[in-house]
Amino acid sequence: MIELAGITKSFDRPVLRGVNLRVPDGCLYGLIGPGAAGKSVLLKIIVGLIRPEAGTVTIRGRDIFAMSDLELQEFRKQIGMLFQNNALFDFMTVADNIAFPLRRLFDLPEEEVRQRVAERLQVVSLPGFEDRLPSGLSGGQKKRVGVARATVARAPIVLYDEPAAGLDPVTSQKIFDMLRAEQRAAGATVIMVSSDLDRLLTVTDRVGMMYRGQLIFDGTTQEAQESADPYVHQFVHGIPEGPL
Amino acid sequence: MMAHSVVSRALQPFASLGAFFLTTSEVVGGMGVMFGRIASRLVRLSFDRSELMKNLYKMGVKSVPIVVVTALFTGGIMVIQAAPLVQRYGAHGLLGWGAGFGTLREIGPLLTALMISGRVGANNTAELGTMVVTEQIDALRALAIDPISFLIVPRFIGIVTTLFLSTVFADALALFGAAYAGTGILGVEPMVFFNGLTSGLLGLGDVFHGLIKSVVFGIVIALASCQFGIATSGGAPGVGRAVNSTVVVSAAGIFVLDYIVSFAIG
Repeated sequence: MIELAGITKSFDRPVLRGVNLRVPDGCLYGLIGPGAAGKSVLLKIIVGLIRPEAGTVTIRGRDIFAMSDLELQEFRKQIGMLFQNNALFDFMTVADNIAFPLRRLFDLPEEEVRQRVAERLQVVSLPGFEDRLPSGLSGGQKKRVGVARATVARAPIVLYDEPAAGLDPVTSQKIFDMLRAEQRAAGATVIMVSSDLDRLLTVTDRVGMMYRGQLIFDGTTQEAQESADPYVHQFVHGIPEGPL
Repeated sequence: MMAHSVVSRALQPFASLGAFFLTTSEVVGGMGVMFGRIASRLVRLSFDRSELMKNLYKMGVKSVPIVVVTALFTGGIMVIQAAPLVQRYGAHGLLGWGAGFGTLREIGPLLTALMISGRVGANNTAELGTMVVTEQIDALRALAIDPISFLIVPRFIGIVTTLFLSTVFADALALFGAAYAGTGILGVEPMVFFNGLTSGLLGLGDVFHGLIKSVVFGIVIALASCQFGIATSGGAPGVGRAVNSTVVVSAAGIFVLDYIVSFAIG
C-alpha cells in the first residue's frame, strides 16, 4: 500500500495542496491531469526526492520521511522509477544504463546481467543498441531505454512518468501492454502518469485526476470514464469546451 | 518621500556590503557542508573506485599537455624577468636559486592550480550541473545510489591528486625550462644553474611549501566545482552561471589561501 496524507508542497507557488491518495498493493494506478497539475512532483515525493512541507508518505507501512538518509537509500531499492525526461546517464552506453541498477544493487554474475539487459532491449524493441550512447538516440528510443532501466531490477513498486511520451501509437501500445503484463506477473504496485489517456485507460485498475495541486477524482477506470464530474468528463474524453 | 529616497541612497553601501557578506557566507557555508559530506564518506571509504580511476585519467592524464606547456614557459619567464638583475650584478651563479625559490614556493603551485581550475574545475561543474538539470542526480538517488559517494568523492580525490602530481611535474619542468632559457638568454650553463639550485640555499622545505599549497588549492577547486555543480538550478543558463561561479570562486580562493598558507608556514 502506498498512502499519501495531506501532501503540501510549494516552489514559487503552491504545487500540491493537501493531496490524499491510497494505492493498494498490486494495483496499476493511473495518475492523470492537465499540465502543471503537480503529477511529476507527486511522484518525486513518493520516492523521497522532494520533501513536502506538510503531510506523510507511507509505503508498506513505513513513513519514508521519518527514515534516515541511509534507511531511505536502502528503502529505494524496492522502487523503480522512469523520469519524465528519461534521466539516462549520458556518460554510459545504453547497456550500462540498463545494467546500472543490477550491478550496483544486486550481486549478480555479469553473464546474467548481460542476459537481462539483452532481454529488456528486446522487450522495448531496441535489440542491438547495447553499445550506443544516449546522445545518439531519438527521443522515443531514449524513453524506451528509460523504461528498460526502470523495469530491469523487477522492483515491487514502480513509478512511471510519461512512459509513452514521444512514441508512435504502435510502440506506445506495445509499451503499455508490456508494462501491464509485467505488473500482473510480478504483482507490482505501479503508479503511471501519462497524457496518452486512450492507451493508459486500457491498462489501469484505478485512476486519479489531479488539477491545480489537488486530487479531484479517485476511482476505478470505469468510474473515471463514466464520471459526471465536469472536469473529469472533459479531460477523460478530450472535449475542448469545458471548465478546464 | 524625498527624505526616504535620500536615506535609501545613504544606506545603499551598507545594503551592498550586507548582500556581499550573505553571498560569501552562503558560498563558504555550502563548501563547508560539502566538505563534511565528503569527509564522512572518505572516513568510511565509501566511494566508487571505478569512477575514481576514470576521473584520475580524465583530470590527470589529459591535463599533462597543458601542464607541460605552462610549466616550460613559466620557467622561461622566470629567467627573462631575472635577466636584467643577473646581468647587471653578474650573479649568474644565483640564477638557479632565484628561479627555484620563486618556482617551487609560489609560481609552480599557483599557475598549475589556475590551469587545473580552468580545465578541470570548470569542466567538473559543467558535468555535474548538466546532470542536475537533466535529473541524472535524481535518477541516481531514485536508484538507491548515494551521489556523493558515486560522483563527488571520486572527483574530489581526482582533483586533489591531479593538482598535487601536476605541481610536482610542473615544478620539475619549470626548472628544466628555466635552465635552458638561462642558457639561451644569459649564457648560463645548465650545470651552473643546477649548482645554484642545489647549493644549500634551497631545501626540501621549499619544495614542501609549494606542495602543501597545491593540496590546499586542490581542495578549494574540488569543493567549489562540486558545490556549484551540485547546486545548479535554472537549466542550461544555470549551468553557465555555475561554471562562471566556480572559476571566480576558485581563483579568489586560491589567492586568499595562498596568502594565508604563505603567512602560516613561512
